[in-house]
Amino acid sequence: MLEQHEKNDQPVSRRNFLKNSGLVLGGLVVGGVAGSLLRTKQAPQQPGATPAPAADFNEALMYLTSEQFKVVEAACERIYPEDELGPGAKALGAAYFIDHQLAGDWGFNARDYMQGPFYPGEATQGYQGRLKRREIFDIGIQEMNNYSHTLQGNKFYELAPEQQDTVLKAFETNEVKLTTISASAFFAMLRATTLEGVYADPLYGGNKNMDGWRMKNFPGNQMAYTQVIEQEGLVKMEPLSLRDHLHG
Amino acid sequence: MARKLPKVDVVVVGVGWGGGIIASELTKQGLTVVGLERGKERKTEDYFMVHDELRYAMRFEMMQDLSKETITFRSKPSVRALPMRSYGSFLLGTGLGGSGVHWNGQTFRFLPYDFEIRSKTIERYGEKKIPDGMTIQDWGITYDELEPYFDKFEQMTGIAGEDNPLGGKRSKPYPTPPMKMSPAMKMFGDATKKMNLHPYMMPSANLSEAYTNPDGVSRAACQYCGFCERFGCEYGAKADPVVTVIPVAKKTGKFEIRTHSHVRRILHDGKKATGVMYTDVTTGEDIEQPADIVVLTSYVFNNTRILLMSNLGRPYDPNTGKGVIGKNYAYQVIRGGAIGFFEDREFNVFAGAGALGMTIDDYNGDNFDHSDLNFIHGANISISQTGMRPIGNNKVPEGVPSWGKDFKAASIKYYTRTLSVGAQGACMPFRHHFLDLDPTYKDAFGDPLMRITFDFEEQDRQLAAYCADRCGEIIKEMGAADKIEVNRKLGPYDITPYQSTHNTGGVIMGSSPDTSAVNHYLQMWDAENVFVVGASAFPHNSGYNPTGTMGALSYRAAEGILKYSQSGGGLLV
Repeated sequence: MLEQHEKNDQPVSRRNFLKNSGLVLGGLVVGGVAGSLLRTKQAPQQPGATPAPAADFNEALMYLTSEQFKVVEAACERIYPEDELGPGAKALGAAYFIDHQLAGDWGFNARDYMQGPFYPGEATQGYQGRLKRREIFDIGIQEMNNYSHTLQGNKFYELAPEQQDTVLKAFETNEVKLTTISASAFFAMLRATTLEGVYADPLYGGNKNMDGWRMKNFPGNQMAYTQVIEQEGLVKMEPLSLRDHLHG
Repeated sequence: MARKLPKVDVVVVGVGWGGGIIASELTKQGLTVVGLERGKERKTEDYFMVHDELRYAMRFEMMQDLSKETITFRSKPSVRALPMRSYGSFLLGTGLGGSGVHWNGQTFRFLPYDFEIRSKTIERYGEKKIPDGMTIQDWGITYDELEPYFDKFEQMTGIAGEDNPLGGKRSKPYPTPPMKMSPAMKMFGDATKKMNLHPYMMPSANLSEAYTNPDGVSRAACQYCGFCERFGCEYGAKADPVVTVIPVAKKTGKFEIRTHSHVRRILHDGKKATGVMYTDVTTGEDIEQPADIVVLTSYVFNNTRILLMSNLGRPYDPNTGKGVIGKNYAYQVIRGGAIGFFEDREFNVFAGAGALGMTIDDYNGDNFDHSDLNFIHGANISISQTGMRPIGNNKVPEGVPSWGKDFKAASIKYYTRTLSVGAQGACMPFRHHFLDLDPTYKDAFGDPLMRITFDFEEQDRQLAAYCADRCGEIIKEMGAADKIEVNRKLGPYDITPYQSTHNTGGVIMGSSPDTSAVNHYLQMWDAENVFVVGASAFPHNSGYNPTGTMGALSYRAAEGILKYSQSGGGLLV
């Protein structure tokens, strides 16, 4: 773990996962309760399992329609585009991440206070609407298509990248006038969830192959930095995921 | 009709730092204690998958479920208070260990000035220094009187640290040596020394080495994994109630913890409490737990709310300034700071610990002359290396767009090239900042929510701007910062961006029942067998994290409760 790894653009193989996990387990000295935490059972060998990477069954939709998905995916990619540094939000699976989030607790505002009465309130009092996040996305996506249509006669995902930027900017600055939701608040949510999809543990469907982390030199789920914390200069290391930890 | 259980010596409401400390001290002396905790049980093994920024830091895994209970907020009485529908400004804990599980572990002692703030301010500057409406008051206890309890809390938690050159006198050194020093901390230390300031290592509850405390509890050393605040510690290295005081209390055989038990009322006869009524949230059943002594040990808001809902104590009236329950709500002024962007230096910002940092108190308390300044008190100024995670840290210099190609490039580049020096400003109480029951919004049981009436004042704005400038000077002296941004401006208090979970006041301590709710043992003036433990007792909030002082007061209260129980009643003061 303490070796300085060079940036690796290749998807990490299963063999590398295990190798890196081994480094963690071998390199760490802890006492007390922690010791028991690190001794995880090996994953049981599945009969007939092959080491070849399987299809990613996560790449399907839980909430969005395929049309909505295309809009979200195109918008994410403009927020965090592919460039010489590496993949963009699309290749990292951020749109799948957003779909999955909308399907769950977060999309339903399950842990937010959603009881009335509802009053508009001041900006410093925070969101006071009755719509859930998934409903805000439904409306926001529709409005992006409407605006794109008015502007260029096409759906959002059919526009050229620069035109897509114009649409997003109009939402960001509230140039688009909406009545049911705030255009800028929807854009802020889209931006925030895109970054989550780029940088959350791959467990959630984004940050594919941990490439979001690699671009940013974030090493993911490491158990210890006791040998790193005092070091001058950037210590580069191959990231680890929660999956590595569970199956390591 | 509530089902009535057999009487116990003591019932504690909420099992975090306060409840855990009270339970361990009392059960060691033979009292039977029942701990009622509204949330679930927690243990170190729960944190096997804890390095998950989305789940814990962005979706608030460990925090109170706001769909069941939140607070309402307004800037002033003429504004309609509205519910905090999702998290922002502060994060409310729940479950065994409470907020003591997901804290950072920065464990300061408030300054001697804090405990006698009104007297000392008048002594040095005259009464005119205190502006109209600012309700600062002495705490009814001095630093020297509280010192042994600070020490007790530090020994129990194993605080790693070194002497604060400008702090109160210590009877003993910290039990463990300071944490490791990162290059950024070294830069801060060198720069502030060069400026003739007094840097010291931040006192840390993330252990610097393996430690066995006076109760015989052993814990492992911190691994600097960078997942501390908002997370539980998978090593048990960060001191929290679940790995320190709670097992000590349990071992006596005299502490019974009931989780999923949500206390809603203190039962009383007008003078003394007879017990509490709680709801078993798994069955919906209402249960009465009689007790000789009731100790409120939940967070600031519910300590205040339960008293108001129980009609115990005199509610505060901001129009007359009379009454005490809900008085002197204060917060933290945390927005003044400076950011440096470095072109040719990179830092291992992903590594860190919750209480890893270097800090100065030259601009805190009354450690500097305020004669020509339009504010009192100040801020602890520090550089901290708590571990920067990738979703939450995408800072770009001013002028760079917040999305798109340039944003991506700059946010990636500066992730490892940004250092910030921050000021944690004190927050003074004002007559019109208070807590009361919301007339409209209810929790899942139909009980009224706590209502906060609060805004930043000119005092706060002046303090923030002054301290931000000091932060700017330090980061400049740290060198190599090609771009420096100084955030001097403190707008109106906004409940949406995260600032600090250092809410204080509501059930404040003092030397007179006219101006305070509890005495210096945290015993209620109006109900001698009720003790209210927590930062709810702070008459103002200092320029520090509150837990060290809150922990010291908990030990003080435990001593008071034992005295009360042995003496057969009466007010202790």
